[in-house]
Amino acid sequence: MTTVVQPMSGAMRILETGAAWLLGLLWVLPLLYAFWTAFHPAEFSTRFELLAPLTLENFTKAWAAAPFARYFFNTVVLVAMVLVAQMVLTTLAAYAFARFEFPGRNVLFALVLVQLMVMPDVLIIENYRTMTWLGLKDTILAIGLPYMASAFGIFLLRQTFKTVPRELDEAARMEGCTPLQVLWKVYVPLARPTYLAYALVSVSYHWNNFLWPLIITNSVESRPITVGLQVFSATDQGIDWSIITAATLLSTAPLLVAFLLFQRQFLQSFMRAGIR
Amino acid sequence: MTRTSQWIHGWLLLLPAFVLLALFTHYPAVATLWHSFFSTQKGSRPVVFVGADNYRQLIDDPIFWQSLSNNFWYAVWTIPVSIVIALLMAVWVNDRIAGRGFLRLAYFTPTVLPMIAVANIWLFFYTPEYGLLERFTGALGFGTHNWLGSKSTALPALMVVTIWKEAGFFMIFYLAALQSMSPSLREAGAIEGASRWYFFRRVTFPLLMPTTLFVLVNAIINAFRLVDHVFVMTRGGPDNATALLLYYVYEIGFRFWDSAYAAALTVVLLAILGLVALAQFFFLERKVHYQ
Repeated sequence: MTTVVQPMSGAMRILETGAAWLLGLLWVLPLLYAFWTAFHPAEFSTRFELLAPLTLENFTKAWAAAPFARYFFNTVVLVAMVLVAQMVLTTLAAYAFARFEFPGRNVLFALVLVQLMVMPDVLIIENYRTMTWLGLKDTILAIGLPYMASAFGIFLLRQTFKTVPRELDEAARMEGCTPLQVLWKVYVPLARPTYLAYALVSVSYHWNNFLWPLIITNSVESRPITVGLQVFSATDQGIDWSIITAATLLSTAPLLVAFLLFQRQFLQSFMRAGIR
Repeated sequence: MTRTSQWIHGWLLLLPAFVLLALFTHYPAVATLWHSFFSTQKGSRPVVFVGADNYRQLIDDPIFWQSLSNNFWYAVWTIPVSIVIALLMAVWVNDRIAGRGFLRLAYFTPTVLPMIAVANIWLFFYTPEYGLLERFTGALGFGTHNWLGSKSTALPALMVVTIWKEAGFFMIFYLAALQSMSPSLREAGAIEGASRWYFFRRVTFPLLMPTTLFVLVNAIINAFRLVDHVFVMTRGGPDNATALLLYYVYEIGFRFWDSAYAAALTVVLLAILGLVALAQFFFLERKVHYQ
């Protein structure tokens, strides 16, 4: 990995490094701009002076202008609920596909894979109808329910479980373990890196999800932060950009901080989830 | 374990996931098709079978065609551009380049942020006269331009946001593939005196083909699935210039509450995704297998 094919000529190297940096700066520019606007008084939001006074006022104003604390709470409940349900459901299903022989296995697996293409995100009309029928409209459960049986998770875990040596499985059976005990004692511990990878992907997906929560929620009590942010910034009478930008940064802060702290794990997890 | 006990265990383990899959993926997909042949319930008017009426309406609906063509051009531009940028990024940060840590972070950060938040930031970026873009073009002596408010630039402006957000995501898959590549290939290339470009074109790129396919399929799905930025930045305007298909489904279904027509529109969306799945299965899958 570290050996370079033909040592690059000096000029070429500099040119490429320059291009990479230019792209990198271009990529962080919108974020830096958002930080500038959020941490300075409104009159400096488009005036870039080195000595412009810093302020947290935009954040306190934003926090006071909408029930962000409640939105955060809703998002945390949603993300945790979806994650726990996904872990349990996908583990059981992946175990069945990886290590059990039963009629209809291939057809059922194909039916699972359908969800990789036809995600709940595009089935909003019918899922709305179903939620109304179930009486679950405007609840956090309704936001999470369509995503709990995740085809992506089943696929990922099945791949991992298949790499577990059969001998370990059989040894545990000899000791008198039931299939569920084998799953818990042999497969789950060995798949820990996959679980971490999947968890990070799932958390960032559901923290960021917008369209379905927008449709199915209608009150402060169930709205996640993404929908809350949109409701807040769409009523733009009298709210200035500095405050909207502050609210935007606020709503992404937990994820952004977690990402900056654990960037290695994040990158590796996304990589692991991407290799199929 | 006996055969029957294998069967029963397998089925029981699958049961909970399948109940939810059937309820929220399989049933709604079929129900969408079914309901697209009926009328929408309005007040006391009952739901009746209308045959292909919703589809006739669809064929005569200029906004539907506009959103379809918008979505087509949106996909045609954002997918190749973000894939090429992703590949460049991956090759760069896989090499010993100065500031590699920072660059990885810079490229990848947009991916972890919600589209809805990112769109807010870009909205401000594009604001006429105030926004950073206008300050920049103004400094260069260009006149002011309403990027999101004019029909010719609104969709391209959204495409830029999508490319910015997705390139880093796709970079990860390429980076993973590059890191799993055997270093001996590079050594062999060096011994043969292969130039960097030649080596990339003849060795690296072909080996990355499965990754490219994976990224391509994901990119196509995303082009039809992710419309959050439309809500924040343009609401489909000006004059439907940025109405993407799923956004139009939302408008018909949840602003005009015409669920039957929205179902017919969803069927078109599902048909497109189905075609992608078939294409992946029949044409591409067998041509790109190297492992």
